[in-house]
Amino acid sequence: MKIAEPVAWGDQKPTVPQGYEVTAIATDLKIPRQTLVLPNGDILVAEGRGGNAAKLKPKDVIASVIKAKGNTQVKGGNRLTLLRDADGDGTYELKTVFAENLNAPYGLAFANGKLYVANQDALVRFDYQDGQTKASGAPVKVTDLPSAINHHWTKSLAISPDGRSLYVGIGSNSNITERGMEVEIDRAMVWQIDAETGAHRPYATGLRNPTALKIEPGSGQLWAVVNERDELGPDLVPDYLTSVREGAFYGWPYSYWGQNVDPRAQPQDPQKVAAAVKPDYSLGSHVAALGVDFSIAAMGEQFAEGAFVGEHGSWNRDQPVGYKVIFVPFSNGRPSGEPVDFVTGFRGSDGKTRGRPVGVTVDPRGALIIADDLANTVWRVTRKP
Amino acid sequence: MTVTAHPLYRSTPGPLHAVLLAGTVPLFLGGLLSDIAYYKTYQIQWSNFASWLIAGGLLFCGLALLFALVNLIRAERKAGRALMYFLLLLVTWVLGLINAFEHAKDAWAVMPQGLALSVVVTLLACVTAWVGLTSLRSGGEQ
Repeated sequence: MKIAEPVAWGDQKPTVPQGYEVTAIATDLKIPRQTLVLPNGDILVAEGRGGNAAKLKPKDVIASVIKAKGNTQVKGGNRLTLLRDADGDGTYELKTVFAENLNAPYGLAFANGKLYVANQDALVRFDYQDGQTKASGAPVKVTDLPSAINHHWTKSLAISPDGRSLYVGIGSNSNITERGMEVEIDRAMVWQIDAETGAHRPYATGLRNPTALKIEPGSGQLWAVVNERDELGPDLVPDYLTSVREGAFYGWPYSYWGQNVDPRAQPQDPQKVAAAVKPDYSLGSHVAALGVDFSIAAMGEQFAEGAFVGEHGSWNRDQPVGYKVIFVPFSNGRPSGEPVDFVTGFRGSDGKTRGRPVGVTVDPRGALIIADDLANTVWRVTRKP
Repeated sequence: MTVTAHPLYRSTPGPLHAVLLAGTVPLFLGGLLSDIAYYKTYQIQWSNFASWLIAGGLLFCGLALLFALVNLIRAERKAGRALMYFLLLLVTWVLGLINAFEHAKDAWAVMPQGLALSVVVTLLACVTAWVGLTSLRSGGEQ
């Protein structure tokens, strides 16, 4: 294991491309994960840490102690924080708690005057009026989400443009079925949920840990970043960015990247392996992609068409990977080339780790909002005037 | 009364040493039986049991190894039974440790090496306990 050695940013900042600048618009948060830009430009930040997976083997006890060294020591906020830049000067002078007493909120979405929050155990909804800085009441539950054990607890969220369908990404309850197949019911899949009734159905399955979902605005197609399985060596299995095809099975746990059988999942299921779909775009093994959003013209010519991906960074590789935000160029709604580094420097050349990117959100005013759950900071990258 | 006969007893396991040594056998054996159950049923809980039983076996075996080392250092004749016992115990412990790492893998990745190692370690533990406890009995007669 290669654990990130955390240090404070101090006077340093992440590195951005020439012609861009980066500022910390909020600090001292309580584990910020995903962000949402509201119609009036306010930013909501979901803060929390979930999961209640029991330690089953001696290795679980040991690994939890070691991994904790690479994460923040702050307790998760279980809340939404609202950031406001009223005068548009790029300084978010208002930082206030919008809603609290949530249960490890992660995915955020807004449509038709409703703010949806995917807690680790339920999808809930707030009524939202433009300019509100505090929720007017307790949230209304749309539906329960699978939450037993919650080995992978993050519930990612996207909403269809008409606001009628919600998509929730539910991670597997293990790396590769080592907690038993029984606990994988309704796991490793994306649910489609009716916003009105809360009724759900599996939309796509075999996605080990779909940590962020987003609708590609041009095509209306749902996309996801997915974290793949560990312990097959430093160069397997690639985490990926993919369009999520309705009804498709993406392999977990029986196979990966199409038909590559994983014998660790027993008993095997050759029919499922045969049906497994290959993802669209490899991000590389162990980069731990946790955020995705589609760009707009206001982000600048070089980054106008494509997807930003936040990579939390590896813990099980001698040569660490991830720890940056990349840009995947698209054309005609499909990935069209090699990824380009957009924000780096989270892990310094001195081997110290100052931040770990999670959610990335494109602000329609031409900025990328990045949640950093190690430094408990929200970064904003803009073009220089 | 004098204690002139005392040095003769130094290479023999005391009661605590004997308990630790004998305890390794059911722990590693339990690990083996759990491995067999997992192999036959795919029920993951057996694999979890095996991991903990092997960890317990390593703890007992490791403490017995410390006793055996002290006995070996203090023994007047370092070759022979005391050395053989120590080496057997050392090999048992090292293979047991390798087996513990093998069992740290996820799900079926433990198989089949984990099961094979459990067989070897259990057999070694039996032989070692036999040798160690036999020297307990014969030790007083030297």
